[in-house]
This record gives sequence, structure tokens and C-alpha cells, in this order.
Amino acid sequence: MKLSNVPSHFRIPKLSYRVWKVWMRDRDVLMKTYKTTFLPPLLEPILYLLAMGFGLGGFVQLIDGESYIQFIAPALVAVSMMFSSFFECTYGSFVRMYYQKTFDAIIATPVSLEEVIAGEILWGATKSLINSTIVLGVIAAFGLTPSPLFLLIPPISFLVGLLFAAIAMCFTAISPTINSFEYPTFLFITPMFLLSGTFFPLTALPASLQILAQLFLPLTHAVTLARGLVLGRLELTLLLNLAWLLLVTPFFFVLSINLMKKRLIK
Amino acid sequence: MQSEVLIEAEKLTKKFGDLVAVDGISFKILKGECFGFLGPNGAGKTTTMKMIHCVLPSTMGELTVAGMDVARNGREIRQMIGVAPQEDNLDPDFTVFHNLIVYARYFDISKAEAKKRADELLNFVQLEEKRDVIIEHLSVGMKRRLILARALLNEPQILILDEPTTGLDPQARHLIWSKIRSLQKQGVTIVLTTHYMDEAAKLCDRLIIMDRGKIIEEGNPPDLVKKHVGEEVLEVAHDEKVMRLLQETFQGARLEVVGEKIHVFTNKSRGVFAQMLREVPFKEAVIRDANLEDVFLKLTGRRLRK
Ligand SMILES: Nc1ncnc2c1ncn2[C@@H]1O[C@H](COP(=O)(O)OP(=O)(O)OP(=O)(O)O)[C@@H](O)[C@H]1O
Ligand SMILES: [Mg+2]
Repeated sequence: MKLSNVPSHFRIPKLSYRVWKVWMRDRDVLMKTYKTTFLPPLLEPILYLLAMGFGLGGFVQLIDGESYIQFIAPALVAVSMMFSSFFECTYGSFVRMYYQKTFDAIIATPVSLEEVIAGEILWGATKSLINSTIVLGVIAAFGLTPSPLFLLIPPISFLVGLLFAAIAMCFTAISPTINSFEYPTFLFITPMFLLSGTFFPLTALPASLQILAQLFLPLTHAVTLARGLVLGRLELTLLLNLAWLLLVTPFFFVLSINLMKKRLIK
Repeated sequence: MQSEVLIEAEKLTKKFGDLVAVDGISFKILKGECFGFLGPNGAGKTTTMKMIHCVLPSTMGELTVAGMDVARNGREIRQMIGVAPQEDNLDPDFTVFHNLIVYARYFDISKAEAKKRADELLNFVQLEEKRDVIIEHLSVGMKRRLILARALLNEPQILILDEPTTGLDPQARHLIWSKIRSLQKQGVTIVLTTHYMDEAAKLCDRLIIMDRGKIIEEGNPPDLVKKHVGEEVLEVAHDEKVMRLLQETFQGARLEVVGEKIHVFTNKSRGVFAQMLREVPFKEAVIRDANLEDVFLKLTGRRLRK
């Protein structure tokens, strides 16, 4: 790699308020189909709570003094942040970019490609906010939100969504076909879903894996934050989790926009 | 005649890797005219259009629109241009009306104004009845008309039409032609690409013919016809004897075998073919006016482009 190529991946994009016009387009689509799109985030956590919380939970001893269902409930909120934003900006954005030519149509107006991508990522983050808030509502209805601090989760879900949406957009920029998303899903999302302290505490993993999970799996930070807030266990280390998200998100945000420019501007 | 240059290209070049799609072309488009880009598939027409409305950066050369450099003032230029792209990129997630509303938003047009313009434009392209239909349920011709309406939302000074009538029935083509003319009367500068030579001859004040990225000819349609293929063309049934006879009779004329027929082109004035047919009645002889299609085929050849 030439040295001069390195910074071009991290050139700061020029963005304006027009980013929101792209966001509004995606919002308008959701508003038209809300009846069907809001159902999965509502039903899925109920299924998990029933199967894993009540079912599996009956065979699992208390974790840190919590019942198993109480242990996984906040993780389900964090998981929905990841899934909704990641899939929105992989499959969703790819369809809009490649099949619907929506990006081509928009960049023929004063809106720039950078703004289109940024708008898509903001939309991915919004999907994270919406879906995880629905899941939060479900676990609250099950009486699984003992601390009122759980109300701080929605703003965090936007940040977590931003990160996963930006990572997703990087994959979208380099995926030749829509089927290629099976790789990041299988190699990145699924392991993270299982190994981020979601269904069992991280401490059950070998020490080296614990460190790797903390360093490289964004979901661990989202799960830790969600669990801390839902259970009302404020520890200083939560700030480290937040700091990790705040540091890594701009990195992927900028990278994804530059990768998309490389893909689309020939 | 007042003629202000609105779009100017100087040695404009676009490369895709090793492929030179546009190869050092220079042209000037004047304010208020209808300017055509003709050329076989792959000639570089769409690539040129995309550079004009600043969605594709050029590799070399100069390109200015209204005195602004495309590389630096893309946003301002796109604000004043309306584009009807060759490829359908209407938003399938919305209805006809909502497509226009959402698109208007990208131009900072207020909601009330957008609604007003959308209704007017649907009326203009005769799609009022399809206002609340989703895009999937439109025919090809209706989509083209909607794309034209969408291109007019920002009240553009320049309208880029990349094959606006491909796939349309005669009624829809005539409708689009009359709309283009009325827009031109309002002072809109039209940049048009088309594969229909009758369309180019009818609409374009001036045009260029491109082939393999280069400009091979330019001018206004009647002059180009006269210059390259004369005023009339004689078509007769193909036959070796006839061929020899024609070669003797019309020395210096261009004879071309097209399928079952021989086409005879001459730069002699109108009437020579009629006179000759009175003397020698050829089989299936037809005299017709020379047209832009004859010019196009003469200059670009009859072979398909790979
Ligand atoms: N994004 C691209 N990447 C690589 N090559 C391209 C790209 N776009 C166009 N080309 C090539 O550039 C050349 C010119 O294409 P262009 O679309 O400008 O032709 P055109 O004159 O519009 O043809 P048509 O009449 O078929 O629409 C072609 O050889 C085409 O294959
Ligand atoms: Mg084309």
C-alpha cells in the first residue's frame, strides 16, 4: 500500500444539513410500512424471554445474584441495537444503492454522496434506537427493569447503532453482491451475538478470549452498558465502555464514507 | 444573434481504468438551444452527461457549466440542472406523487411549494390519474414521463435528457417532444441524447455525433444531411447488372448495399434521380429525402458495437 493512500481512507467528509434529507427519505418509507416493520422487534424478544428466560433459565443457577431471565433481558436490548442497525446498512443500503439506484437519483441533486452515506448511517442508528426501545418496552412489561436508569438506554442505543451502521456500511462498500453479506454475518455478527456476555457472563470465557472480546467486539460494550443501567449497577468501568464506543464510532463512520466513495465514484 | 455559452468542454476526457470512454472532446452549448449527442452504444454519451451534472469526475480536460468548474462547484451546478437519466431510478418505495415530494426535498423546496409543483408537473406530463400509484405499477412510458416531471421540479435552467423517449409509444414520444419544445420556448437549455435520428433532426438546433469517445462530426441537422448524403437518396433492388449501370451513370456517387437494396447517394441537386428513372426504369426504385439516419450510418458504419 502506498503511503499516500492511507489518509484518503480517513479524509474527513464535508457534510451539511442535507444529511437529514436522506434520513427523512428512509423515515418516510418506514412510516408507510410501520405495521409490518414494528412487529418483529416486538415479538422476537418475547420469544427469547420465553424460550431462554423461562425455559432454559429453569436449569441455570443465579448469575451474580440475578435470575437467568433478568440476566439476558438487557442483553436482548443490546442485541437488537446491533441487528437492526447492521442489517439496515448492509442489506437495506445495498438494495437502495445497487438495485433501486436510489443513491444515483439523490446525487443528481445538491445532496452529495458523502451526505447520502452519512444519512443512511444516521438512519441505521435511528433503527437501532427504535427497535431497541421497543425491546426495552417489552422487558419493562415483563417487569425486568428494576432500575429507572434504564431510561438512559435509548440515547446509548443511538450511539451503538451509529457504530454498527458504520461498520455495516464498510461491508456494503466492499461487497460485490448482496450474498456476500453472509460472510460478515456468519463471521462477525453471529459470534458476537453469542460471545459478548449476552447469554453467559464474559468471565466464563478463557482469559485471553475475554480480552479479545473486550477489545474487538463492540457488542460487549453495549451489553455491559445496558445491563449496568437496567440493573442500576453503576460502576466506573461503564465509562470505559462508553469511551470505547465514542472512540471507535467516528473511525468507522469516516472510513465507511470514504470506502463508499471509492466504490461509487469511478 | 445573442449567444451566450452555457456549457463548455475543452479536451474533456474520462477513463475507466484502461478504457477511454470519452476521449478529449471539446464543445460549446449555447444558452437556450437544444443540443444533441448522438452516437452508437458505448460512444460515451451518458458518460459525458454525467460529467456535466457533476456525478462523475473527469479524468482530464476542462468542463464548465454557467462559468463554474464542475470539479469545484458541483452542488451549485446540480442545483440548476434537471436530469432525466437513461436508467430508471425512480424510488420504488413511494407512489408517483411521493416520489416528487421526496425529490423536491433534496432541492430545499418547501413542502407546500413541492406539493404545488408536483401537481402541476403531473398535469404537465399527463399522469394525474396515476398520482397515488406505486412505481411498480407504471408502464415504461409512464415512468419516462414521471422521470421528466421529476427533472423539472427544481425549475432547471439546463435540462439533461438521456434517451428520453426510448421504449415509448408514438403518442408518448409526441407528448415528450411537445414538452421539450415548450420548455425550450421558456428558455430552458436542453441537452439531449437519443438513438432516434428523426427525433434528433426534429428537436436539435445543433448536435454532435460521437463514436468511441471522440466527436466525429458536428453541426445542425439539415447542414449535416446536405454535406454528407446530399438531398435525395435512390433505393433500388440489388442486382449485379444494376450495380454496374449505376456506377456508370452516377460517377462519383456513393453506392451502398443494404440488405436487398442498393442505396445511391449523390451530391447533385434534387431531381437527378427522377430524371434518370424516366430514362431507365429500375426495378423497385424509390426516391426519398436524405436524412440524419443516412448521415449517422455513413459516419459510424453499419456494424454493431461490441
Ligand atoms: N462505471 C463504468 N465503469 C466502467 N466502464 C464504464 C462505466 N460506465 C461506462 N463505461 C464504459 O464507457 C463507455 C461509454 O459508455 P456510455 O454509457 O457513456 O455510452 P453511451 O454512449 O451512453 O451508450 P448507450 O447508447 O448504450 O447508452 C462504454 O464502453 C462503457 O462500457
Ligand atoms: Mg447512454
